[in-house]
Amino acid sequence: MTTNDAKLTKKDFTSDREVRWCPGCGDYAILATVQTLLADAGARPESTVFVSGIGCSSRFPYYMDTYGIHSIHGRAPAVATGLAIARPDLDVWVITGDGDGLSIGGNHLMHALRRNVNLNILLFNNEIYGLTKGQYSPTSPLGSKHKSTPMGSLDRSINPVSLALGVEATYVARSIDTDRQHLTEAISGAYEHRGASFVEIYQNCNVFNDGAFMALKAPDQKEHNQIRLRQGEPITFGPDNERAVVAEPDGSMSFMDTREAGDRVVVHDAHREEPTTAFALSRLSHNPTGPTPIGIFRDVERPVYDDMLRDQVQEAVDTKGEGQLTDLLSSGNVWDVED
Amino acid sequence: MLVSGTIATRTTVRLSNAVVRFAGDSGDGMQLAGDQFTTQSAMAGNDLATLPDFPAEIRAPAGTLAGVSSFQLHFSDQDIHTPGDAPDVLVAMNPAALMKHLESLKPGGTLIVNSDAFGDRNLTKAGYEANPLEDDALTDYQVHEVQITTLTLRALEGHIERGELNKKEAERCKNMLALGLVSWMFSRPIDETETWLQTKFASKPDVADANITALRAGRNYGETTEAFVFTYEVKPAKLPPGRYRNITGNQAVAYGLIAASVRSGLPLFYGSYPITPASDILHELAKQKHFDVSTFQAEDEIAAIGSVIGAAFGGSLAVTASSGPGIALKTEAMGLALVMELPLIVVNVQRGGPSTGLPTKTEQSDLLQILHGRNGEAPIPVVAASSPSDGFDAAIEAARIALTYRTPVVLLSDGYLANSAEPWNLPDVDSLPDLTEVFAFTTEPNGPDGEFLPYLRDPETLARPWALPGTAGLEHRIGGLEKEADTGHISYEAGNHHAQTLLRHERVQRIADDLPPLEVEDPSGDAQILLVGWGSTEGPIRAACHEVRQKGIPVARIHLRHLSPLPNDLDDLLKAYPQVLCPENNMGQLAMHLRARTLVDVQTYDRVTGQPFSSSELVEAIEALVTEVPA
Repeated sequence: MTTNDAKLTKKDFTSDREVRWCPGCGDYAILATVQTLLADAGARPESTVFVSGIGCSSRFPYYMDTYGIHSIHGRAPAVATGLAIARPDLDVWVITGDGDGLSIGGNHLMHALRRNVNLNILLFNNEIYGLTKGQYSPTSPLGSKHKSTPMGSLDRSINPVSLALGVEATYVARSIDTDRQHLTEAISGAYEHRGASFVEIYQNCNVFNDGAFMALKAPDQKEHNQIRLRQGEPITFGPDNERAVVAEPDGSMSFMDTREAGDRVVVHDAHREEPTTAFALSRLSHNPTGPTPIGIFRDVERPVYDDMLRDQVQEAVDTKGEGQLTDLLSSGNVWDVED
Repeated sequence: MLVSGTIATRTTVRLSNAVVRFAGDSGDGMQLAGDQFTTQSAMAGNDLATLPDFPAEIRAPAGTLAGVSSFQLHFSDQDIHTPGDAPDVLVAMNPAALMKHLESLKPGGTLIVNSDAFGDRNLTKAGYEANPLEDDALTDYQVHEVQITTLTLRALEGHIERGELNKKEAERCKNMLALGLVSWMFSRPIDETETWLQTKFASKPDVADANITALRAGRNYGETTEAFVFTYEVKPAKLPPGRYRNITGNQAVAYGLIAASVRSGLPLFYGSYPITPASDILHELAKQKHFDVSTFQAEDEIAAIGSVIGAAFGGSLAVTASSGPGIALKTEAMGLALVMELPLIVVNVQRGGPSTGLPTKTEQSDLLQILHGRNGEAPIPVVAASSPSDGFDAAIEAARIALTYRTPVVLLSDGYLANSAEPWNLPDVDSLPDLTEVFAFTTEPNGPDGEFLPYLRDPETLARPWALPGTAGLEHRIGGLEKEADTGHISYEAGNHHAQTLLRHERVQRIADDLPPLEVEDPSGDAQILLVGWGSTEGPIRAACHEVRQKGIPVARIHLRHLSPLPNDLDDLLKAYPQVLCPENNMGQLAMHLRARTLVDVQTYDRVTGQPFSSSELVEAIEALVTEVPA
């Protein structure tokens, strides 16, 4: 394998394929951010693999000049797990969406996270099925009216961050497609983290679900609704930080006037071993129509599944010696038949 | 079965072969007793074949027909191929076991019953209105009523008094008492079993000692009681020289996969989800990590094959295994592996279907599922193992095809092969195929302007390059969408799709050009009937052919290792015989396939009982066919 250490640019991570998302799609911004941050972070195209499932977001690997697998619906975390186990030298990324990752592939997402496989999972959440042209998704708010739900959807939506924290994912963040700086921070954190990292990205589908994240994106609303999580700082928000997140006696969290909150204001600590506080934070909003936490919810070190798996193989070699076929075949009771 | 011997008060009768069946409740330890008797027979140099048969429930209600578990062993001084149709000796540990198995015991056969278990409650549970030990139900057999439970408890009185084990635990040793008695009947030393018990219960010396005491008590009972007039002896079989061991199908497949890994220099990645009867492959491989084996117990069947696709992309020899229901779930991913043209192996240890079906019973009914059960035009090479030990060679052959042609390959086994054991003449490791010769990782760009073309094919095998992540300059993206030739770029162009479809068929068809000619077994050379088989039916078909030839009916037979593509010489062979019979453990799936492919009027012989079919039934089917042969 050949590598060189020349400084790479965004161009080195950009494939020659024409990008075919709808004009105005939030995916463009995410693609540009990832291409730039990988170059800046010193990643190598040959050692980088993007694995996706099915959906608009899952076309992502075709636009990266890295190795890539465009797999089948929902199964990207499983494919990526096998690759990560087989190849510790690679950076393995999973690109998925709210339908791919939380509906048809919900099982695999959950297990990749709770195993803590060394993967970076980016979930593009647009609260809609785009590729199949506009059915409601597992993150669409209850009562959503779309093609398949003309009278409103009946199932309560999933909060992806709560789900990830529920299975004790070791790196959990949330960001917004068009907030370049914040998105870079959240994804760079995922890249640096060893183990499974999960980033939910609010991504606008301007064709089938335009404006779903206006509460967090519109200039006149975003300051009121973005609750920025900053490590070690009290969690306050609003144009003048006039609102604060406080802990309730029952373990949940709520909002309060900062002046009244006093020392009840929660100080953010993503490195807390116990995911309970991060989970309570994630419950502050269900769908991002009001004040919603943005940032890194959890970032802790825990043994990594694929590292441990390879350690067991090494331990077996160390204790038994490298396997010899003749010994294997003749293990147990053998007998000889003479001529 | 009688070869020689004279009758005296205690005579040893020489037999050519014998079939012994242990039957009892699931909790009676019949599989263990059978396994140990198998080891004793192997160590005595007999050829052998086994048939374990157990309920799908871990513990079905005690004493019921549903809870009966049995283990049959056929051992011989000759070369044998089946676990035997009807037992010569039946050990029945309770009325349910007797009810279920008596009808298969040979007339005049030896029946050993645990008379302690024939109380009213057990009799009722088994469906007996009257105690068969007390009426004339068993007059056709040589019946030995043995108080197996009482004898076991008596032998272990000391152990119980010393508090080493309680009565219930002591009673559990009764399978060893039965084994001791049968070991004595067949003149078998019990030292191997004693050593095995000591190892198995190394951490519980009291239990080991109790089992050994019961084993010896069984042997001593045979020796001292007047009830047994005969003991039997089966001399060693004249097997080809070499070193032997017993091996089950699942073990052989696991070893074959390890051998393919060693002989290809590729690390073995095994991703699977537990399912009967395939799980033992996972258990075996998990013990062999020192061969650079990674085992991954996935969250479901789809994740299992998904992980295998990822590992194959990364350069491992990647394998998953399941049984019918799990294979159904893997279907979509098998299609992905096929269009991504990655080498991997899918083992299907078939069981009775449809749906959950008969988890612990055998069947060959997934053949059409494997050949055709995917969306789109999706050809995948298929190989089948034909005996327990053949799983080893079949696994290596599956790996050879996968690596040579960069394709997923299905290896078919079944529940019978998986759990049955036979002696295996160990191959010389250096004589195994050198799989490093059949592939090489691509390390340099292969296109005109230094570009890499992931679908530029080898002109001979049509295999595409296998370029691993980590190799600079060969970055490429592939997936399930239709591809343009050479570049692998997405293409929806009509002509391209037609061409790629034909190419994917041609790629599999070319495998046939590389196969050795079929071996036809037609000793007299004038057979008018050809039997075509595949998979685990080889034993019964071979035995049946042997038997009808003894009766003067010439028959020929072939047994297919490769089911996709079919061998090139198959068509002519089928047309060379006036009658072609295809015996299968399904409703005629291969026959249907052969008819479609060759237009030969292949006759079917179908049995779907969950059991391997008996050679005697097949003999009748062949004889029936003979009467139809025009003069």
